[in-house]
Amino acid sequence: MSHGVEGVTLVLAILWKDLRIEWRTKEMLTSFVVLAVLLVLTLSFAGQAAMGRVSTSRVAGALWVSFLFAGMLGIQRSFLLERENECITGLLASPVEAAEVFLAKLVGNVMLLGIMQALILPLAALFLGARIGAALPALAVVLGLGNLGFAAVATFFAAVAVRTRSREVMLPLLVLPLLLPLVILAVSATATVLDGGGLAEASPALVYLVAFDTIYCTAGWLLFEFVVRE
Amino acid sequence: MRARDILDRWLPWAVGLAMIGALYCIFLVAPTEREQGVVQRIFYFHVSSAWTAFAGFVTVALSSALFLWSGRQRWDQVARSAAEVGVLFCTFVLITGPIWAKPIWGTWWQWDPRLTQTLILWAIYVSYLTLRAFAGGEDVVRRWAAVLGIFGVVGIPIIILSVRLLPGIHPAVLVTREGKSGLADPGMRLALIVTGLTFLLLFVWLVHVRTRIQRVSEGLESMRADLDAG
Amino acid sequence: MGVQVLKARSLVRRLGPTRVLAGLDLQVAAGEVVGVFGPNGAGKTTLVRVLATLLRPTAGDVSLFGEDAFGPDASRLRRRLGLVTHESFLYPDLTGTENLLFYARLYGVQNGNARADELIAWAGMEEHGRRQVRAYSRGMVQRLALARALIHAPDLLFLDEPFSGLDALATEAVEQVMGRLRSEGRAVLLTTHDIDRGLRITDRVYILNRGRVTWGSPGPADPDEFKDAYRRAVGAG
Repeated sequence: MSHGVEGVTLVLAILWKDLRIEWRTKEMLTSFVVLAVLLVLTLSFAGQAAMGRVSTSRVAGALWVSFLFAGMLGIQRSFLLERENECITGLLASPVEAAEVFLAKLVGNVMLLGIMQALILPLAALFLGARIGAALPALAVVLGLGNLGFAAVATFFAAVAVRTRSREVMLPLLVLPLLLPLVILAVSATATVLDGGGLAEASPALVYLVAFDTIYCTAGWLLFEFVVRE
Repeated sequence: MRARDILDRWLPWAVGLAMIGALYCIFLVAPTEREQGVVQRIFYFHVSSAWTAFAGFVTVALSSALFLWSGRQRWDQVARSAAEVGVLFCTFVLITGPIWAKPIWGTWWQWDPRLTQTLILWAIYVSYLTLRAFAGGEDVVRRWAAVLGIFGVVGIPIIILSVRLLPGIHPAVLVTREGKSGLADPGMRLALIVTGLTFLLLFVWLVHVRTRIQRVSEGLESMRADLDAG
Repeated sequence: MGVQVLKARSLVRRLGPTRVLAGLDLQVAAGEVVGVFGPNGAGKTTLVRVLATLLRPTAGDVSLFGEDAFGPDASRLRRRLGLVTHESFLYPDLTGTENLLFYARLYGVQNGNARADELIAWAGMEEHGRRQVRAYSRGMVQRLALARALIHAPDLLFLDEPFSGLDALATEAVEQVMGRLRSEGRAVLLTTHDIDRGLRITDRVYILNRGRVTWGSPGPADPDEFKDAYRRAVGAG
């Protein structure tokens, strides 16, 4: 990248623009929250019907399934908004590097995912019977790490999916197989933490999660130009 | 042209002979396993396919990287062929696994680390092929597929590490699964090596043929288009 | 004639098996307004996109301001380019001013706020600067899109079909811009199929058909000669 410090300015400019648009339209957040609520509800009903009592592992699983599916459909928006008036061309015709666009979208998505989770967790505590309170700090760390890896892969391929015809289906299709390890790691760590264990106990999973995040943020950073530039 | 000659003329014979050799080793050289009986012989096909599926995955990623770096169509064709052939071997692993598992463990599926990681690999293969099939015919799809192939392979270390965190490994697995290092009998070792090499050879030949078909068909389309343009 | 700002050589761009650009040469010098004419499907839009470094050529090369347009420093070169197409590149949920400020930051414009205000005024949109672009009329969007392309004072401005669907005010603005850029020693490349207007405002022209340059004028084109060449080029294809 030929930019260095200037690059940071560009990333922030794009991030700020995206957050401002999101603030006005709230489209991404709405998709996230509505879908996540529906999923949590559906899963809690399913859980109740199946067993009557919900265990932590089921809660951890239900949470992440909700976050992932709601997240995928919401993350589409981060590139959908560049399609109106072909704004993406305006971006690409400017001095900005593809990697900087990726970084800006990634950070924005991680932030919005965090907000979504903050809103959903109380609901999950209520309906899924999860004891969130005491575990909160450790839970925040796990969620943050999971969000980062998820957003890295989902943001990257959202730029691909948004240009295909069946985009709602295409993104999950492209992204879920790659995210399977993240599902294992995030659910495992979440379950450990919800059970009262600290971050140390969730350890091998958390370390692998950090590795996952590093690998995919780097891969996304390096390869994004092949996705957006022809 | 020399290399292509070898591949076209001698390879099919080599594959045929290797197959015969492998079958001989599997059924006549390797002794019957004490605890599992004849069923255990599936092991040679199963493990060889797994190695080949893995090799296919790596081939897809390497060709994809070469395609992105050089821009030469040929590498994209190799990547696609490797994916198509690789997914077949991968499917074969997932079919022979349960067939072997049922009489030994009493159940069709277990979250055994190796089977699970193969399942993830299979899912990534499928998503790659689906992208190529449904994202449209533009040239840019080749680049998208290429980055997907690379994303798949960089995740392998984490995939392998994370599946080991899955709880509930059937104890019987440790006893009956010989693994590569555990094979005591030289006959068994021979059978495995011969079969492994045979499958790899088969893979190379299938990819070669498939790539050639692709190259011819794309060349034909190109010629037709040039004629139309006048 | 000024310094060469753009030079394209043997440009080829494939779309699948077809060659949308089939080997063309073209140049633009500082202080020139160059027109590229051609029927629909001639490859004009693809040409502009390749020259603006949005698309990589399949073969051939493009040099901008003396440097390889697709080399490692491409992003620095893009700072000196402006692009106006049929799409406005404006975010509908942001206000006019916010859009201009964003692009100013994107291009590293020094006094972004002042420039944005200056251009809003130039586009005659002081009253509307604080409204979201979603609420703008088509004419307003067009003028703002032009302002967006000018905010960083590009040395080479690409205009892809700038006159199609424009209202009178916007058309006048476009012509005014071209004149001013020329006098400032900058360059303009426009594509159009509005022959009369195009001939009037350009210093040199090319005719593009089926991805090739079939005719180029060394200076301002004589209308009759042009129409002849155009009929020949297009009729034959």
